[in-house]
Amino acid sequence: MIRTEELLLNVGPQHPSTHGVFRIVVKLDGEVITEATPVMGYLHRGTEKIAENLNFTQIIPYTDRMDYVSAMTNNYVLVHAVETMMGLEVPLRAEFLRLIVMELQRVASHLVWWGTYLLDIGAMSPFLYAFRDREIIIDLFNELCGARLTYNYMRVGGVKWDAPPGWMDKVRDFIPYMENKLQEYDNLVSGNEIFLARIKGIGQYDAATAIDYGLSGANLRCTGVDWDLRKAEPYSLYNQFEFDVPLGKKGDCYDRYRIRMEEIRQSLRILKQALQQFPEGGETMGKVPRVIRPPAGEVYVRIESPRGEIGCHIVSKGKAEPYRLKFRRPSFVNLQILPKLLVGETMTNLITILGGIDIVVGEVDC
Amino acid sequence: MPPWLNESLTWGNALVLFLWAVVFLFIVLGFVTYAIYFERKVIGWMQLRIGPNRVGPLGLFQTVADILKLLLKEDTIPRKADRLLFVLAPVLAYIPAFSVLAVLPYTQKLYFADLNVGLLYYVALSGISTLAIVLGGWASNNKYALLGGMRSAAQMISYEVPLVISVVGVILLSGSLNLRDIVMAQDGGWFWNWNFLPQIVGFAVFVIAAVSELNRTPFDLPEAESELVAGYHVEYSGFRFAFFMLSEYVYVYAIAALTTVLFLGGWHAPAPFLDFVPGIIWFLLKFAFIVFFLFWIRATFPRIRVDQLMSLGWKVLLPVSLLNVFLTAAYLELFIKR
Amino acid sequence: MSEERKEEGKALTDEEVEAAPPADAEREAKLKAAAEARAARAAAKEKADAEAAEAEPPKPKPPSPKQPELDAIIALLKREVADEAVEDAYVNELNGDMPTVIVNNTHWRAAAELLKRHKQLQFDYLRNVSGVDYETHMEVVYHMVSLSSKREAAVKVKTEREDSSVYSATPVWATANWNEREIYDLLGIDFPGHPDLRRIMMPDDWVGHPLRKDYEPLDSEV
Repeated sequence: MIRTEELLLNVGPQHPSTHGVFRIVVKLDGEVITEATPVMGYLHRGTEKIAENLNFTQIIPYTDRMDYVSAMTNNYVLVHAVETMMGLEVPLRAEFLRLIVMELQRVASHLVWWGTYLLDIGAMSPFLYAFRDREIIIDLFNELCGARLTYNYMRVGGVKWDAPPGWMDKVRDFIPYMENKLQEYDNLVSGNEIFLARIKGIGQYDAATAIDYGLSGANLRCTGVDWDLRKAEPYSLYNQFEFDVPLGKKGDCYDRYRIRMEEIRQSLRILKQALQQFPEGGETMGKVPRVIRPPAGEVYVRIESPRGEIGCHIVSKGKAEPYRLKFRRPSFVNLQILPKLLVGETMTNLITILGGIDIVVGEVDC
Repeated sequence: MPPWLNESLTWGNALVLFLWAVVFLFIVLGFVTYAIYFERKVIGWMQLRIGPNRVGPLGLFQTVADILKLLLKEDTIPRKADRLLFVLAPVLAYIPAFSVLAVLPYTQKLYFADLNVGLLYYVALSGISTLAIVLGGWASNNKYALLGGMRSAAQMISYEVPLVISVVGVILLSGSLNLRDIVMAQDGGWFWNWNFLPQIVGFAVFVIAAVSELNRTPFDLPEAESELVAGYHVEYSGFRFAFFMLSEYVYVYAIAALTTVLFLGGWHAPAPFLDFVPGIIWFLLKFAFIVFFLFWIRATFPRIRVDQLMSLGWKVLLPVSLLNVFLTAAYLELFIKR
Repeated sequence: MSEERKEEGKALTDEEVEAAPPADAEREAKLKAAAEARAARAAAKEKADAEAAEAEPPKPKPPSPKQPELDAIIALLKREVADEAVEDAYVNELNGDMPTVIVNNTHWRAAAELLKRHKQLQFDYLRNVSGVDYETHMEVVYHMVSLSSKREAAVKVKTEREDSSVYSATPVWATANWNEREIYDLLGIDFPGHPDLRRIMMPDDWVGHPLRKDYEPLDSEV
């Protein structure tokens, strides 16, 4: 009798397409996966433990290092949680600045995703185009707060730096530029037959599964569930702006791709409106006690990061340090569905599906 | 050279032949060096980069430096690898790659071997390289390499078939397997006499299958970097890796030359009034265009999936090329009775 | 990313610049302004305190708008699960009036089923699971939301510190899977009924659970 052996393959932690130090142990029958076990923790730095000995301002830089592709939204979820607890008012100008940087960050984050996803699929050039355009945003952030990736920009009660003169104009110039480039990207990639054949119908799941697994962001919306926290539970100033939440139908990688591309457009739309309404003058820091001591109690605050719902659960005992700080990281939660999706797929689709979920390992491992 | 080939073999002309082979080897190595440079530059420009520009003027010595580095590298063989096969595989990959060049004619007078089954010789020998890749993948005792090797075997076997059948039309038209005769048959003065227009279907199938034979994007599955890390040559380094790399680029040379010969009229000028330009220039221009085309594709396309590759090969390319043979034969029978 | 390190360096120099002592006159003016501000603040606070003291006795705070939601959850849990299923319940005003229920550990499994499936509640989306070490006891907090009605709730389950165990919610919400593994790993709470309870962040042979308050770090200097 012919006996075939299963092949146990370690994909990662130093595999080019696991986007960091993530590892999946797959059992292969030929090239078909029969079992997949994700292994993580290679980037676990114990942020939550470290935070218990730091005051809230000191924790902000640590949030930068969770999802290092989208540090601004991470900043925001922490300061927003503390502000909610303390009932602090944030000056309008500061809130606008926050919103503008968050939307720019969403564009930058999706660009990184777009570039690396195409690289996963085997196209090299889009990666460089995406990074060229992301570079503009990074430069804008650099000018704003002196850092390119880990911004440490927001503070409880406002933002650290006001926009330097001329900065807003640069953002204004960026919007039409990016719109043009998006069109170019669509022309280059979105209709490519090979690309479509690679992602259509791959990694499909339905709305019920997505909800059961607590997926969020494009991973949830690709099944048609209309759940964008910017619309569903508006925070910041999002209810002042008009924008659409792109939805998918089939819940496959193609829908996720389309949603993310469309979200860049919508972010640009929000940015346009935000720049119009941006207040002339005003403070960038609200009235904040010198030592930030949230009252005893607990709070769970969530916002829409580029990857989905990022949440911050703070348990405070009235001290300057949190008693317990827990982050709900979208990458971590979204990744749970991976072993389920991979069974019966080929090695090639593993990369397509993993890339489509859009994880940042710094956030998975926290 | 041709006269020597037909003489009986003596020590004297064996030496001459050997020297010619060495000269030719250096020409090919020179081509590979600058093809790599050209590829990196072209793709760099397409990707908004500069490409190599540090070593030598305009970075012209970059590849030389790279090759030197590869040669000086420590030679590593994984402990659990199958030593003999591991060492053999790169050699086995290179030999056929170099041997197939013998039958390619460049101009009316410049050619090496005037084989009457030249095309068959080419196809038969190039198939051996597959064996080398499978061997390399197997001998490395690495799972990624094994997967890459298996993919390569499946891919090469499936694409060899349409590749060969697609040129049957050309053979029918010219009535010969000799590559020189095939070029000669395309002589009509104008470019529409070249085979790529009468044999447009065969040409399309040939180009697709050829890119696949070369393991280049979008068919670079055996070494799919984002999936299999590097595929069959994961464990290779130093000059063994250089040999794999070398044979890959020698095949680029071979396929570009073969396409020129089979479909683009070899050394013929595209129009009669351009005849004053020497044939070798035309050959090189066409040749360079095809090499550029391969790099261009690489900068543009994503990679196809392995099962899609198989269905494309068997369900599309093979029937289409068979149909092409049938149509060509019918056309010849009905209109051009010989 | 190597860029990160560079950024840190930059950030440092920025702070140094900020810390540099300003010119004397400027400094005095600033100190004075600060003192004035402090005095004003103190006065304002006194006044506010006094007002608060005056206003406190007459009327209790108006009930939260979310109170009915909470009452509905409590009533359902008591009726469908068990009378003693609800240990305590309140509206968390800090968190935008989040209805919070403390469910008895022994009834948690049934309560979870009810929370997810009951027509009136339909908490189909589990947002977050956190574990908290309160030094007297352990607590697992489930934040859930109903995507159709957008209602939220937080459910807490308490357990002892030693041999802590809470029924796994993974069979009800698949989201809980890795979250519970993380809590098991970092806080040492056992989740009976979990399909695959292993460490997730720390190495398999790690000793102790880092997020517990009595955890001794391997190297206390760090």
